[in-house]
Amino acid sequence: MTASLRIAHVGKECVACGCCARVCPRAAIQIAWGISACVDPELCVGCRKCAQVCPAAVIDIVEREAVL
Amino acid sequence: MKTRKWVNYLWIAELSYLFLGLFNILFAWLGMVFFSIPLLVAIFGGSKAYCNRYCGRGQLLRLLGEKLKLSRNVPPPKFLRSTWFRYGFLTFFMAMFGLMLFSTYQVFTGAPLSQTVTLLWVFKLPWQWADISFVAPWVGQFAFGFFSVMLTSTVLGIVTMGLFRPQSWCVYCPMGTMTQGVCKLKNGKKARIHGRESQADCKLAEDTGQ
Ligand code: SF4
Ligand code: SF4
Ligand code: SF4
Repeated sequence: MTASLRIAHVGKECVACGCCARVCPRAAIQIAWGISACVDPELCVGCRKCAQVCPAAVIDIVEREAVL
Repeated sequence: MKTRKWVNYLWIAELSYLFLGLFNILFAWLGMVFFSIPLLVAIFGGSKAYCNRYCGRGQLLRLLGEKLKLSRNVPPPKFLRSTWFRYGFLTFFMAMFGLMLFSTYQVFTGAPLSQTVTLLWVFKLPWQWADISFVAPWVGQFAFGFFSVMLTSTVLGIVTMGLFRPQSWCVYCPMGTMTQGVCKLKNGKKARIHGRESQADCKLAEDTGQ
């Protein structure tokens, strides 16, 4: 599968509530260590669904090259 | 997943708790379960599994905000999401909790019982219909105090659900802040070593049960 050009990036002020993981259609998000959401770049397709529900508004959809 | 289905109905437990409390204030004691489980999971399991999967309040807010579309669904203001507000609110909440424990202690040592539920730490709602004559007064006092805490946080949760995103309460929920704080203390070093940006790191966190 061709990787998407954009990807979700989680900011430092994530509260680890898990709302994003629940809605991700690709199951690309884990709540790592109970501290923060963690996006699997291999799975994320940059669909923005997680960013739309994040109550802390810490998810940005960015250019893939910017984070990898 | 089939085995997870019951988990989706925990919002009923949250609603039942509030109704039972209206019916008899002593049911407020059941709220100790909602208080202790997330902390125990964070302390011994090092995860926020309670928030992520089992919290009835989070489910209730989603039900109201997402399914019933009662939320404006806009990001909360910046101050509400800031670290100082989250930890400040936790401190305030714990101070109020401490005061509640102190008044329970005062009743235990002979002070008169105050049969009121206090909403948002200010509004005193008379609660005279509760029959608590068959328990020690301090048991009743704790129930009034604890139910006040639960009712206040539910009201704040519902208001911020309506104004902002469905689970906006989770940003400043004292329990959420506390469990994340415990996880930071417990796993912070591991998280710093392994990071959280690559597939391998996500996988590693998953493999260790996070
Ligand atoms: S952008 Fe889409 S695929 Fe990527 S993590 Fe968010 S919800 Fe999942
Ligand atoms: S929804 Fe936002 S705050 Fe919650 S875990 Fe995901 S990135 Fe973090
Ligand atoms: S942050 Fe609070 S309300 Fe939200 S899921 Fe966690 S314990 Fe429940």
